[in-house]
Amino acid sequence: MSKEDQGKPIGLLGALKENHLAVGCEASSWEDAVRLAGGILVENGVAEESYIKAMIDTIRDLGPYCVIAPGIAMPHARPEDHVLDTGFSLVTLKDPVDFGSQENDPVDIVIGFAAQDKNRHVQALREIAKLFIDRSFVEDVRSASSTGKLYDIIQSKRTQL
Amino acid sequence: MKIATLCGMGFGTSMMLKLAVDDILKEEGITGHEVIPWDLGSFKGQQVDLVVAPTDMERHLKDSETKVVYIKNLVDEEEISEKVLTAIKELEGAQE
Repeated sequence: MSKEDQGKPIGLLGALKENHLAVGCEASSWEDAVRLAGGILVENGVAEESYIKAMIDTIRDLGPYCVIAPGIAMPHARPEDHVLDTGFSLVTLKDPVDFGSQENDPVDIVIGFAAQDKNRHVQALREIAKLFIDRSFVEDVRSASSTGKLYDIIQSKRTQL
Repeated sequence: MKIATLCGMGFGTSMMLKLAVDDILKEEGITGHEVIPWDLGSFKGQQVDLVVAPTDMERHLKDSETKVVYIKNLVDEEEISEKVLTAIKELEGAQE
């Protein structure tokens, strides 16, 4: 990220690139699922390794409210928990896992994110809400067989917003 | 009216809720409300008229003296709209 980009709002296009996606992953617990989504953020220089533990600890301490909709979790931690950039990751699971959510278990779509501050990620959050409100889009995400296909599904839907 | 959307950290889940509530109020042409995303820790002791929170936050808000609306599906504008608009009407009715 260049200096002049720092602090500028980042849309989903900038925050969720093709190498931030993974499909059909195996996870045996919600912690595993969060590690997969967090691992992508670390690999792409969005956060440091310790951010993953912070994501898991947040759910342990405060509960599974990050499971925002049926089957969809959006784990994250605080900007001060070793965040390097603002970015998102999206992982689909081969078999769903329970997060302990009252209404929205089991989960097979995990959207991880890290935010440098309280503003820069907001545009991307808005786009995610608008995309995932559409049930046929959610089904397309679930059934995407490669990251390339998943990326195309997201981009084509995004241009319709 | 002062409306707080709540989550554990105040910028993710609560921000998503704030964006949804802002859009709904705008669509309905309802003005004069302030919607603020808040984290649980710094929210304690704040005076607001209505709290909007994910259903999975219920255990943290059991003792709330302020009316709380719980949302199951945070991307479902219909659910959010119905619950929030009903609560606003109730509260405004009680003020008259």
